Amino acid sequence: MEAIIETRYALDTFYFLVCSALVMWMAAGFTMLEAGLVRAKNTVEILTKNVALYSIACLMYMLIGYNLMYPAEGINGFWPGIDWLLSAADHSPEAVLASDGEIYYSGLSDFMFQVVFVATAMSIVSGAVAERMKLWSFLAFAVFLTGFIYPLQGYWSWGEGFLDGLGYSDYAGSGIVHMAGAAAALAGVLLLGPRQGRFGPDGRARAIPGANLPLATLGTFILWMGWFGFNGGSELAVSSVESANNVARVFVNTNAAAAAGLVAALLVARSAFGKADLTMALNGALAGLVSITAEPLAPTPAQAALIGAVGGGLVVGSIVLLDKLRIDDPVGAISVHGTCGIWGVLIVLWTNADATWSGQLAGLAVIGGFVFAASLVFWAILKATTGLRVHPEDEAAGLDHVDCGMEAYPEFVATGSGD
Amino acid sequence: MKLVTAIIKPFKLDPVRSALAEVGVTGMTMTEVRGFGRQKGHTELYRGAEYHVDFLPKIKLEIAVDVDRVDAVVEAIQESAGSGRIGDGKIFVAELDQVIRIRTGERDQDAI
Repeated sequence: MEAIIETRYALDTFYFLVCSALVMWMAAGFTMLEAGLVRAKNTVEILTKNVALYSIACLMYMLIGYNLMYPAEGINGFWPGIDWLLSAADHSPEAVLASDGEIYYSGLSDFMFQVVFVATAMSIVSGAVAERMKLWSFLAFAVFLTGFIYPLQGYWSWGEGFLDGLGYSDYAGSGIVHMAGAAAALAGVLLLGPRQGRFGPDGRARAIPGANLPLATLGTFILWMGWFGFNGGSELAVSSVESANNVARVFVNTNAAAAAGLVAALLVARSAFGKADLTMALNGALAGLVSITAEPLAPTPAQAALIGAVGGGLVVGSIVLLDKLRIDDPVGAISVHGTCGIWGVLIVLWTNADATWSGQLAGLAVIGGFVFAASLVFWAILKATTGLRVHPEDEAAGLDHVDCGMEAYPEFVATGSGD
Repeated sequence: MKLVTAIIKPFKLDPVRSALAEVGVTGMTMTEVRGFGRQKGHTELYRGAEYHVDFLPKIKLEIAVDVDRVDAVVEAIQESAGSGRIGDGKIFVAELDQVIRIRTGERDQDAI
């Protein structure tokens, strides 16, 4: 019996770590998606932002974030208390055996799984503020969001704080991760303003086509794959028939929602704009994934596809609406993660009998309101001190040149060295 | 001597090159250019927002020829580059004062 318990502990830990690696890879997905949807002159800067934000998220979560979100003992439902630095301590075999199944995976594997979620939330912000924000102001915000804002609201639900007590249900984080990231992004975009030339004098939206749609497509597929870890890992176990079946169902539902979201967005874009807009289709797949993330287990595969399809339709409408409101989001992050995050949290009520209207609405209001307000304050402080926006001439020249001093494709320019 | 400059649709480059070879043209210069005439530009949609493509991609060919071959060259270009639709391009013929081959220093008719 002891050997079985130890083996299950090892298997669940192993599963957790593999899922962590899958979710880590989503950082690559976001990076490629964003690099594809910005102009070539901002490519190096967006790559730099993405590798730096991932690394900052990992360090800040180790420094303070994880202990804020999952305190040994929270002071109350709102405030977990400050406890610096991740501990290396883990469960002893004796403690695991004595816990009667309560402890079934390594504590550090839990950190590994949680830290890649923080990075995901922060990645959402980088796409929305692309092509015009100062690199170092963005990175300063990354420190604040990943070390404090995200972990604090995470404590309220996943850390068994007051939102958990109100019955808020969010399986893998449509609200806690995706809508939170979008709320932080929206606050930043409102203070930052649109890119030069994005809206004409008459207020009409003008397109600024992305430089590399193959990269954007690759990024979407990478995110789609990483999402199996994101949702599948959120089952938190795989070593029993029940949990293994659940994981399989989560995989199937996650995949179905993404596929249906893509097809729906493609059809809506085709009928609304007359052309099969690839970028909308890509956003549609991600919209389906975000939509199913709050409850990927309870729906049947057909229900999951329907939830994803509605998300795919919503995202196209949301992108067009944001354009009308003159909110410039180069990659559609606010629509994908915000609009569909809200949809995902609400549609939990359809398939999960334990979820309540009051719980879901409380979650949306608290997470959305808190993250938006706290982000707005910090963005405003940055705007008043270091400034948020690059000089207009630098924006026209491209951030690669200004912030990084190098170009993504220098040899694409003719050098005149032929004979 | 004349300098014949032709603005043509990019996909017509190969037929034009072949037609010119048939009338004895042994050299030419090609440049990828953008421009518009009566065809004007067009409007594209990206993520639901419009953008205008004012300058369309074209190919510019430059050919130096003797006066007595100008008509044959112009005719060859016109026949091979024409699709009958708007946007087929234009041919300009201009005086050419001097031609010098850099390697040998040959001049004018000898250098063409």
